[in-house]
Amino acid sequence: MQDKIHTSYKQLEQRSKYTNMFLRWFLYLVLILFALYFIFPLYVMIVTSLKTMEEIRQGTLLTWPSGLNFDSWAVAWGGRGYGAGDTFLKPYFWNSIKMVVPAVFFSTFIGAMTGYVLTKWRFKGDQWVFLFLLFGCFIPFQAILLPMARTLGVLGISNSVIGLVLVHTVYGIPFTTLFFRNYYISVPTELVKAARIDGAGFFKIFFKILLPISAPIIVVTVIWQFTQIWNDFLFGSTFSFGEAAPIQVALNNMVLSSTSVKEYNVDMASAIIAGVPTLIVYVLAGKYFIRGLTSGAVKG
Amino acid sequence: MKTLKIDELSKNFGTTEVLRKINLEIDEGNFLVLLGPSGCGKSTLLNIIAGLETINEGNVYIDDYNVSKVEPKDRNIAMVFQSYALYPSMNVRENMIFGLKQAKVSKEKIEEQLLKVSKFLQVDALLERKPSQLSGGQRQRVAIGRALVREPRIFLFDEPLSNLDAKLRVEMRREIKKLHQQLKTTVVYVTHDQTEAMSLGTNIAIMNHGVIQQNDTPENIYNKPSNTFVADFIGSPSMNLIKGNLKQSSNQISFVANGSNFEIPINGYDFKEKSNLENKEVYFGIRPEHIFSKKSNEGDFEINLRADLSEYIGHEQIMTFDYENQEVLAKFPSTIKIELSKNTKLYFDLTQISLFDAKTEERI
Amino acid sequence: MFKWLEKNLPKIVMAPAVGLIGWFVYGFVLWTLYISFTNSKILPKYELWGVGQYVKLWGSRKWLIAVDNLLIFTALFLIFCVVIGIILAIFLDQKIRAEGVLRTIYLYPMALSFIVTGTAWKWILNPTLGIQKMFIDWGFENFTFDWLVNREMAIYTIVIAGVWQSAGFVMALFLAGLRSVEDEIVKAAKIDGANLFTVYWKILLPMMRPVFFTSFVILVHISIKSYDLIVALTQGGPGISTTMPALYMTQTAFHKSQVGLSAASAMMMFMAVAAVIIPYLYSELRRENAR
Repeated sequence: MQDKIHTSYKQLEQRSKYTNMFLRWFLYLVLILFALYFIFPLYVMIVTSLKTMEEIRQGTLLTWPSGLNFDSWAVAWGGRGYGAGDTFLKPYFWNSIKMVVPAVFFSTFIGAMTGYVLTKWRFKGDQWVFLFLLFGCFIPFQAILLPMARTLGVLGISNSVIGLVLVHTVYGIPFTTLFFRNYYISVPTELVKAARIDGAGFFKIFFKILLPISAPIIVVTVIWQFTQIWNDFLFGSTFSFGEAAPIQVALNNMVLSSTSVKEYNVDMASAIIAGVPTLIVYVLAGKYFIRGLTSGAVKG
Repeated sequence: MKTLKIDELSKNFGTTEVLRKINLEIDEGNFLVLLGPSGCGKSTLLNIIAGLETINEGNVYIDDYNVSKVEPKDRNIAMVFQSYALYPSMNVRENMIFGLKQAKVSKEKIEEQLLKVSKFLQVDALLERKPSQLSGGQRQRVAIGRALVREPRIFLFDEPLSNLDAKLRVEMRREIKKLHQQLKTTVVYVTHDQTEAMSLGTNIAIMNHGVIQQNDTPENIYNKPSNTFVADFIGSPSMNLIKGNLKQSSNQISFVANGSNFEIPINGYDFKEKSNLENKEVYFGIRPEHIFSKKSNEGDFEINLRADLSEYIGHEQIMTFDYENQEVLAKFPSTIKIELSKNTKLYFDLTQISLFDAKTEERI
Repeated sequence: MFKWLEKNLPKIVMAPAVGLIGWFVYGFVLWTLYISFTNSKILPKYELWGVGQYVKLWGSRKWLIAVDNLLIFTALFLIFCVVIGIILAIFLDQKIRAEGVLRTIYLYPMALSFIVTGTAWKWILNPTLGIQKMFIDWGFENFTFDWLVNREMAIYTIVIAGVWQSAGFVMALFLAGLRSVEDEIVKAAKIDGANLFTVYWKILLPMMRPVFFTSFVILVHISIKSYDLIVALTQGGPGISTTMPALYMTQTAFHKSQVGLSAASAMMMFMAVAAVIIPYLYSELRRENAR
């Protein structure tokens, strides 16, 4: 009897060992297959951008380029040097920078202030005000495109970087408010009470007490706003064209221009150039990026 | 045959040593409490017994079989967790029978067990409720019920009462005690609460820094702590440890506190070893409840100390006295009036003292 | 005066944000709503015309195709994103080596714009030099993969690219959800004898109901608004076979200059989003208040 139990324990040990080993292998296999699926387009983009058109026609998507040939990158960035019809990304890249920096700054600052008021200077109905702002996260922008186009026209800033800064600032406020409000709500209100007893006023408390401990949420917000605005296409393509367009619009125009033979290597180089800033941010500050995503991704 | 035996068990997480050479045995039907401050390794030890943690060295035996590498479900144990760990998406019934269903027990048998246990624990009216609809005490019962239906060889409890409020905790403590009296199943119970440990355990193993300091009956733990850690940990307020030296002359052994000439005779003390006592540095340990304001036994020793502080806590008061710049606490009934800043006559019950080597901090 | 200012300072600071959102969100939506009831063509007209634009909209073949596409896309996009996201999250939850690297790989597409994604997939899926050629060169001579230029199949290329971009995000949501479950629940299940599959299927996934809900809302939201990806990948083509409401709206407004009609389509989108978002917001607020 005792021996019997003993052997059954032995068997149990063995069995669990084998099933565990099999499971582990299966696990890693699936994870790696998916990783390949996700990495595949990036790989294709990079190798294609380094090939000549001749190589592209002869090889397949996966073929390794014959050498590090950055010609198509140069063309994508700076053009071929002939005048009309030569679209290249450099000026639009700077357009995007000029658009992103002020828009991120203003929307983040406004969001911080509103988040501060909504949590630390609560007033009657403040929850409704928050809901009022929050709803702006969700509206499909198609519902405001027409009046926005007219408003920009009336203000005389349609088809300009300034117009886009305004648009992105305004429609960023709901998100930045959401981020800061949710962050400040976890900061103990006693801190503010203590400061008030010590005689600090509204702005002093914000700049001396809350702002210094806001670094994480500022990073999250700035990354979120930067990614959103840099990657925006709808506003860019609707409210600007030609000279004032941001980079995503320019990229799309370049790829779609059917004037000459398709140059996939240049297309891919352009796509990488347009994607690199946000990718760098993602790699450097992935943690904050994900935090922004999970709390503000309703925007899509 | 020992129901549970732990043999030379060691465990580390990376470079931190959590358990060091633990040896422990429990007889059938005993109630062993693992007691210690947080971080002492008691929960890790319990998880190892359950099979939820791996072992670095040593072995665990249940009924003389080495189960060190056996899956938790095959160890014939059940566990009650601090957070109750009820499955939130299942109702009480499903929670309680989940383990039996996994073990492919027949439907009739499951129903029978469920009925028996839920009646026994008085949760039979709650079977269709979700855990979120239960009060703390009810959740606790269901968690115990989930363990009971499996009729395990050993019950493991991991701080099961620490999420309850004070009143409920006392109630549930009694229930667990009753439960053990009725079922007589072997129990291993982890807690940091000494009252719980004292009232529940047939044996208490006090742990600190991954080492068992003393494994004994509650009475011995209280009366004969094996080192200063145990002496200090058990009792509230904890034992007074007065630093001083021993003096030995012909037939007389006495204790002299630092900075004092006053000799306290300790002839009656049951030394482990009676040699090398002269001038030994020791702690003289006496519990606050063994200091009296009136002479109650012939052997009580009279001493004069200055009262410094009085803390009134209802049925009793805790007084702080000064003994040559060492604090001595005593517990009196609150009816006794003692004037502060004045010397007061006190009586030490010398039959209840403990002596510890000041260097090794072990009992002598 | 100064006292009043000091007392109301917080509200004054709030005012610009509230004013901007009030004007640019609520005002503009109302304006669009109003215009959708007028017969506006290239310029807005302000006399009411009734529900004519909505009648016209639902009589339009292109709009019906757009709605049809939206339903197909949303269903597939949801299913694939959630299934892949959950599988990846559960597998990554098994104390995997190099978890950080894998997570980074699964999630990086989320940092790219839909235009970049569309451009890349357009190149990969193009029938002459893309995947089709790759397989033919590998020896599968009859391999055809022409979804991108096939009227019937083109919509699925948008699903492929969309899932590629968003599945990692669902993974992140579920991984965070799984990690927030108390350790003791899993321990209890192990002692109860549940194997890994049962632990997830019977205990952990049912606990993820809020995460399912959030993913659902976010993904539906993305799909209703999807515009950039289609522009970059198919421009709504071949023909109008991959048109979706967002694309329909901008084309009608800015290329066909039918402002009234496009306003009506925008309002339909608005209502679709509201139908998903309002219950979500309601339950979120209730959860927050319950805490």
